[in-house]
Amino acid sequence: MHRIVILGAGVGGSVLANHLAEHLKEEIASGAVGITLLTDNPEHTYKPGFLYVAFGKDEARVFRRPVRELLNPLVTLETETVTGVDTKTRHVHTQSGRRFAFDQLVLATGARVLPQATPGLAERGNWFYTLEGALALRQKIDQIEGGRVVVSVIGIPHMCPVAPLEVTLILEDLLRLRGMREKVEILYTYPINRVHSIPSVAEWAAKEFESRGIRSETFFNADHVDPEKNVLASLEGTEIPFDLLIAIPEHRSASYLEDSGLAKGGWVATDRGTLAVNGQEGIWALGDTTDLPVSKAGSVAHYQAFVLARNVVCTFRGRKPAFQYDGKTMCFIETGLDSATFIEFSYLRPPRPQRPSKMIHWAKLVYNNTYWLNVRGVF
Amino acid sequence: MPDLTIKQEIDARGSACPGPLMELIRGLKSASVGEVVAVLSNDPGSNKDIPEWVQKIGYELVAAETTGNQTRFVVRKTK
Ligand SMILES: Cc1cc2nc3c(=O)[nH]c(=O)nc-3n(C[C@H](O)[C@H](O)[C@H](O)COP(=O)(O)OP(=O)(O)OC[C@H]3O[C@@H](n4cnc5c(N)ncnc54)[C@H](O)[C@@H]3O)c2cc1C
Repeated sequence: MHRIVILGAGVGGSVLANHLAEHLKEEIASGAVGITLLTDNPEHTYKPGFLYVAFGKDEARVFRRPVRELLNPLVTLETETVTGVDTKTRHVHTQSGRRFAFDQLVLATGARVLPQATPGLAERGNWFYTLEGALALRQKIDQIEGGRVVVSVIGIPHMCPVAPLEVTLILEDLLRLRGMREKVEILYTYPINRVHSIPSVAEWAAKEFESRGIRSETFFNADHVDPEKNVLASLEGTEIPFDLLIAIPEHRSASYLEDSGLAKGGWVATDRGTLAVNGQEGIWALGDTTDLPVSKAGSVAHYQAFVLARNVVCTFRGRKPAFQYDGKTMCFIETGLDSATFIEFSYLRPPRPQRPSKMIHWAKLVYNNTYWLNVRGVF
Repeated sequence: MPDLTIKQEIDARGSACPGPLMELIRGLKSASVGEVVAVLSNDPGSNKDIPEWVQKIGYELVAAETTGNQTRFVVRKTK
């Protein structure tokens, strides 16, 4: 039997498993191929939902479903925490002591959020990049009475590059609705010399910030938080006192990847077209865990899964894996409580943000529900 | 003469903007005052981003050596 093992049942791993099961249903039924998906959590989380949880717009449970319900029955699901990959003997090791042999392996374990990488942040900062973080931030947002809110992007790359802009713009709108906008200063910080890594998005966002009285400080690389003084200090020597700090912490791929020699500098070096892990035979990566110069976005993991399913099938059939991912990305950007824009781009085509509208916001809300079909590989 | 031993040599080729600058910043964050970090970039954006950031933070751009389409930036952490 040809054993295809996928690590991580997030967006990329789940969509890929479902596509592969569809492509290979006859071979799976005859026992020629097996697809096993290992994941550390029996629940699948739709992470974009954290933004809505932080603003109290939705309950957390809306964004979670059992992984099994989302998978084609031909996929074998194992709830296991992966602790290592032995690329020589071609085995995956898990915390419970089990070993899974593979012919082809797909790394889809996403990104971890590391608030502890910035001294003082875990004590005094808030974030919405985990469910617990979003719930804690919700309480803080409810309690804002005035003062200064700082939104600080600490680590690049991070998941969903536009989410820091979204949290800033929604907060601004919410404070206006509460009639307390004048009492609150909003300050946004970013590590490079503009407010977003993509120049056209930075240009659009800078104008949006200006028109809505949001201040920004660029070339600001957060160094530490002083939890006693409520001050965020940068490597560049700036100190910003805050009443509420909404941070986008440092990110890295799962720790077993560094330990197994599959990640360097935090991420898995991956071929930008085929999605093969550089220097490995029959090992692939997709989604947030790669080092590719694309957004760490669910849409990316999703589009990559289409390509990768075909390359894994080609490899099984003894053909050259010739399908290429072109960098396709699509991101909605919420610009307030009831308006949004979107960007669509690829490696060669930069994005052009559209004029925000209610219609695009509604499209996003619809997508938040149709996601559960999308992840099943329906479209 | 100041010590020019390179504490860390970062190859950020293939990493798109702002990757090389962020990798340089990460390298310098973990360096001690006086140490030197080098980053190799083939992203044209680095030619502007990196010297601008080094000036803003007040570190020393010891060298920017261009060969073909790639540049090696050598930066000393001065404070
Ligand atoms: C606040 C927020 C807002 C976002 N908004 C958007 C948006 O609007 N649009 C968009 O496109 N994207 C958005 N994203 C990004 C999107 O959620 C991610 O890019 C996407 O989930 C990446 O998919 P993935 O499959 O690579 O990783 P994930 O979906 O994170 O899945 C990784 C899986 O691996 C499992 N895993 C991890 N380590 C192990 C291990 N050691 N052993 C076994 N299993 C393991 C995890 O439990 C998880 O199930 C947002 C993210 C956040 C945090």
